[in-house]
Amino acid sequence: MPEGKFCNKTPINTEEQLKATLGDKGGKQYYEEMNHLDVDSDKLWAAIQKTMKSRTKTWLEICAHCGLCAESCFLYQVNGRVPEQVPSYKIQSTLGVMVKKKGKVDNEFMQMCMETAWSKCTCCNRCGMYCPHGIDMGVMFSYLRGLLYSQGFVPWELKIGSGMHRVYRAQMDVTTEDWVETCEWMAEENEEDWPGLEIPVDKVGADIMYTCNAREPKHYPEDIAEAAILFHVAGENWTVPSEGWEQTSLSMFAGDWECCKDNVLNVYAALERLKPKRAIGTECGHAHRATVIEGPYWAGRPDGQPPVPYIHYVEWLAEALRTGKLKIDPAKRIKEPVTLQDSCNYVRNQGLKNVTREIISYIVEPGYFVEMAPNREHNYCCGGGGGFNGIGLYREQRNVALRKKMEQILDTGAKLVIAPCHNCWDAIRDLEEEYKIGIRWSFLKPLVIKMLDVPEHLRPTEE
Amino acid sequence: MYDFLTGPMLWATFIVSFGGLLVRSVMYVKGLSWQLDRVAYRPQMKYGIRGGLRSILAFIIPFRARLWRVRPGFTLIFFAFHIGLLVTPIFLEAHNVMLKNAFGISLPTLPTGLADVLAWTCLAGGLFLTLRRIAFPEVRIITTFYDYLLLVITVMPFITGLIARYEMGDYNFWLAAHILSGEIWLLALPFTKLSHVVLFFMSRMQLGMDYGIKRGGMKGTDMAW
Repeated sequence: MPEGKFCNKTPINTEEQLKATLGDKGGKQYYEEMNHLDVDSDKLWAAIQKTMKSRTKTWLEICAHCGLCAESCFLYQVNGRVPEQVPSYKIQSTLGVMVKKKGKVDNEFMQMCMETAWSKCTCCNRCGMYCPHGIDMGVMFSYLRGLLYSQGFVPWELKIGSGMHRVYRAQMDVTTEDWVETCEWMAEENEEDWPGLEIPVDKVGADIMYTCNAREPKHYPEDIAEAAILFHVAGENWTVPSEGWEQTSLSMFAGDWECCKDNVLNVYAALERLKPKRAIGTECGHAHRATVIEGPYWAGRPDGQPPVPYIHYVEWLAEALRTGKLKIDPAKRIKEPVTLQDSCNYVRNQGLKNVTREIISYIVEPGYFVEMAPNREHNYCCGGGGGFNGIGLYREQRNVALRKKMEQILDTGAKLVIAPCHNCWDAIRDLEEEYKIGIRWSFLKPLVIKMLDVPEHLRPTEE
Repeated sequence: MYDFLTGPMLWATFIVSFGGLLVRSVMYVKGLSWQLDRVAYRPQMKYGIRGGLRSILAFIIPFRARLWRVRPGFTLIFFAFHIGLLVTPIFLEAHNVMLKNAFGISLPTLPTGLADVLAWTCLAGGLFLTLRRIAFPEVRIITTFYDYLLLVITVMPFITGLIARYEMGDYNFWLAAHILSGEIWLLALPFTKLSHVVLFFMSRMQLGMDYGIKRGGMKGTDMAW
């Protein structure tokens, strides 16, 4: 059958298409159309031949079928250890078969691949640490997602998500105007409590350019205000760009690589325009991965580095506390058992494991911090990574996936979970909603603000 | 027969096997792409080499990587199997006699008792690896006929070698079978999954470079493999 109205091989590039697809509630028509979508085998095979080189090819070929990856996968663990959840099986039965058949696969196969790629793997990359041959199934699933996306086999929400990035250059319909207005509004809202508070837009030559996640202006603008307050108290010379402020990439979850490149170039253009000394991203894992870790490669930067040093929020916060730019009132430190969620996207993918613990050492009374087991680079995905959180079709599977984090948190005995990543934060919120285990969760910003030792001259004048 | 197997056939085997493995290694490196793999191999070579070596060492030293520590039973079997497999043929006295006759050089040789133990260990390891493929559902689901075939190809030189060594049955027959099965194994190396004899190092090096450059190495925090 020819391609559907909503489900097709063409990315969403206009606002009109975007709104129409959004209008198809829950993707009812979209998924119906998917049942009739043809596979363009020639195009699929051509793409594989062009992009599948040494690494992936060798991984598929030398997998010894030893099964050691099984236990490394939290989805295998929480799904009753069924063999269908063994990482090696998941990738061999999808990408492996697609390659063996030289792209000559049918609609049913592609739908099975879609389900596997988005509901049985969160691309957390944990299996890669446990394979003797160094085979990283997360990397391969990300690759498979790209192939599936190009053929139109992608969950409805992610087709829209990537469309949002294409149309608005943000994962939500936040325009430049909306963004700048939100910054002004947040500065006004908080200037009474924080005299002199500003959110400077498009200041050239500042020390810091701050970028965030579009969810912030859209759903919790107080996060932007909190960032502003902390920069203000720390005395930083900072700015936000009016364009290129959004550093997330649902297109990375969708496998829309063209869009990924466009997004990251947009952020890098802001860096070139405003010439800050460095850039700092918000408390978000995948945004950091998209803009700082993978982004340079999409943008074609051979050194693998962004145009200026670009750090995650936890790195700035640790530095500000270490150098005394921010001071904590010891009386206000956390004095209850508290645990920390290590985000796959900046811990396993960029090694930021020690700085988060350094922050903990400043804000938690000694003796109250309880590590999850396992932790750091061996930590498990929050349960909703890689786009899993947002896909309605796989909500049930996602809820099962949350159980691993639930067990880990329950084992710590802590009621408070620090989650410096939007996606982990969302997953832990959903986990509480679903399983009601009586926990609270928080980003770092609001916690730190509450326990700041604010210098006299920055306090509001009593009248 | 013996003369053919240890003469032209052996030469052909060595050339195809080692030449083939060399070609595979070169092709692997040539097929790496910094942009597709998203690893800045060249500009960050120093971090890359460091990460790559860490990655290889973690997995060739028993109990070094976390994987080896969380699966002690498997680790013992796995290393026993591989050590037996590699050490025995290279340092076996009988093999070195041939080497001496052909080139006038020889390597240090294993005492017969130790060689026997290593050979039996390798066989026992192979048996365990086969049994776990059958016993564990998570291994069974990914196991194919090809996996069993490769195990057979790998242990056959040991089975025939031991039969010949204990002089059970017709010595000349088992010796020829031993040489032939050894040659089949060598010939299979470049063309099958057994290519992991070199591609293991390539793959581990590559992922190690990925970690060393992009996933923590440049942040000064080494990944605990």
